[in-house]
Amino acid sequence: MSLLEINHLKKKFGELEVLKDISLKVEKGRVLSIIGPSGSGKSTLLRCAVLLEDVDGGEVIYNGKAAVREDKDKNTLVKADKRTLKEVKNCFGLVFQNFNLFPHMNVMQNLTDARIHVKRAGRAEAQADARELLKKLGLSDKEDSYPSQLSGGQQQRVSIARALMQKPDILFFDEPTSALDPELTVEVLKVIKALAKEKMTMVIVTHEMAFAKEVSDEIIFMENGYIVAQGSPYEVFEGDNERVKEFIGKLTSGA
Amino acid sequence: MDLALDMNVHNLVSQLVAGMVTSIEIFLLTLLFSLPLGLFIAFVRMSKNSFLQFLAKVYISVMRGTPLMLQLMVVYFSPFYIFGVKITPSYRFIAVIIGFSLNYAAYFAEIYRAGIESIAPGQWEAAQLLGYSKAATFFRIIFPQVIKRILPPVTNEVITLVKDTSLAFVIAVSEMFTQAKAIAAAQANIMPFVAAGLFYYVFNVLVAFVMGRIEKKLSYFN
Ligand SMILES: Nc1ncnc2c1ncn2[C@@H]1O[C@H](COP(=O)(O)OP(=O)(O)OP(=O)(O)O)[C@@H](O)[C@H]1O
Ligand SMILES: [Mg+2]
Repeated sequence: MSLLEINHLKKKFGELEVLKDISLKVEKGRVLSIIGPSGSGKSTLLRCAVLLEDVDGGEVIYNGKAAVREDKDKNTLVKADKRTLKEVKNCFGLVFQNFNLFPHMNVMQNLTDARIHVKRAGRAEAQADARELLKKLGLSDKEDSYPSQLSGGQQQRVSIARALMQKPDILFFDEPTSALDPELTVEVLKVIKALAKEKMTMVIVTHEMAFAKEVSDEIIFMENGYIVAQGSPYEVFEGDNERVKEFIGKLTSGA
Repeated sequence: MDLALDMNVHNLVSQLVAGMVTSIEIFLLTLLFSLPLGLFIAFVRMSKNSFLQFLAKVYISVMRGTPLMLQLMVVYFSPFYIFGVKITPSYRFIAVIIGFSLNYAAYFAEIYRAGIESIAPGQWEAAQLLGYSKAATFFRIIFPQVIKRILPPVTNEVITLVKDTSLAFVIAVSEMFTQAKAIAAAQANIMPFVAAGLFYYVFNVLVAFVMGRIEKKLSYFN
C-alpha cells in the first residue's frame, strides 16, 4: 500500500482546468520532486493533496484511507467522514513558499502551540521535542526569537521544524527556497537533504534542478495540468522528451 | 467666609462629580458591550450567507448614516410608541447604554472586518495544516494580529466616544455636560463649562495614555 495515492485528479477554477488528469503514487521513505513551467498546476496539485482545495474529480488516498474518492456508479465524489478526515489530516504537513510563521509567537511557541492547544500534549514534552528539532536544524539559539527577527532561511527552517512537530508521515514543500537569496537557499536545501537521508517521505515542488536531481527518487514533469514525463532523475533529465529538454535548457541557460 | 456660598461651591462640585461618574459609566459600559457586539456584527457581515451579509450591511449603514442623538431618542421612546410600555426614569440610563452600544458596535464592526481581511490567507492555511479548528485559528492565530493592526482606528473611536458621552443629555441623563450646563445657567457663571472641558480633555489624555501602553505591549512582534 502506498503512503499517498492520487488517481485521476481534476481541478478547475471556474472555467480554467488547472489539473486535468493527475495520477501518482508515493511510497514510504521516498522523495518525489515535481517540476514544470510556471502555471502548470504544481502548487494546485499540492494544495489539493493537503486538502486546502476541494477537488473536482479523482481520488486522494493516504495509507489506504481516502480523503476523497469517486463513486464509480453514481459518478459522484465521496468525501471522507469527519473521523477519517481527521486521521488523514494527521498524515501530512506542508511547508509554504513564504513560511507563514505566526508573527505574534516566538519560535518555541510557533513549534509547540498546536501540539499543546490542539493535540493536548504536555507542554514539557512538546518543548523537549521542539528543542531537539531546533538543535538538529541549527536553531538552538533562536528559541525566544520572533519570526521578524530571523533571516528568511532561518524562518524557513523554523517552518520546517513546525511541520515536523506534527510528526507527519509525509511532508510537502511548495518551492521552499524561491523566496530566499541564493546563500540562504543552501541552508534550507541542506536541511531537506538531511531529512531525505533519514528516509522522511517528501513531495517537493522546486525550480532547483540540481537539487531535485540529487535528492529525489522520482521526478514528475508537469505541464498544462498533465504529467508529461515521470521517472527516476536520470530518466527524466537524460530522457528524450522534447518539452522537458526545452524546460531544463531554459533554466540552465538562464542561470 | 460666606457659609451659603461655601455650601454652594460644595454642592456645585458634588453635582459635577456625579456627572463625571455618569459619563465614565456610559463610556465603560459602551465599550464593554460594543466591542464584542462589533466583532459579532463583523462576522455576520463577512458570512457566506448573502442575506445575513445584507442585514449586517444595512445595520452598519443606518447606524453610521444617522445621528447618534436621534438613535438615542428612538431607543428611549420606542418602547412607549411601539409597544405602549410606560417609560420609567430608570430606563433612561439603560436606553443610553443600548443606543451607544448599538451605534459604536457598527463602527467597530467595520474596523474589525478591515483588520481580519488584512491578515494573509496563508495564516489560516498554515493553522489548518497544523490541525487548528476554525475557532481556534481565529482566537489563537488571527485575532491577536488583528488587535495590533486595528489599535489606531479603535483609539480614534474611543476618543470620539469620550466626547460623545455628552449626547446622553438628549434623554435627560445627567452626565457631565448636562450638569455643567445646568449649573452654569443657574449661577450665570462659565466656570462649570471650563471644568467640563477640562474633564473631557483629561479623560482623553488618559485614554490616549492607556491605548499607547497597549500599543507598546503589542510592539514585540511585527
Ligand atoms: N485560487 C485560484 N483561483 C483561480 N485561478 C487559480 C487559483 N490558483 C491558481 N490558479 C491558476 O491555476 C493555474 C496553475 O496555478 P499554480 O499556482 O498551480 O501553478 P504553478 O505550477 O504552481 O506555478 P508557479 O511555478 O508559478 O508556482 C494558473 O493559471 C493560476 O493562475
Ligand atoms: Mg506554484
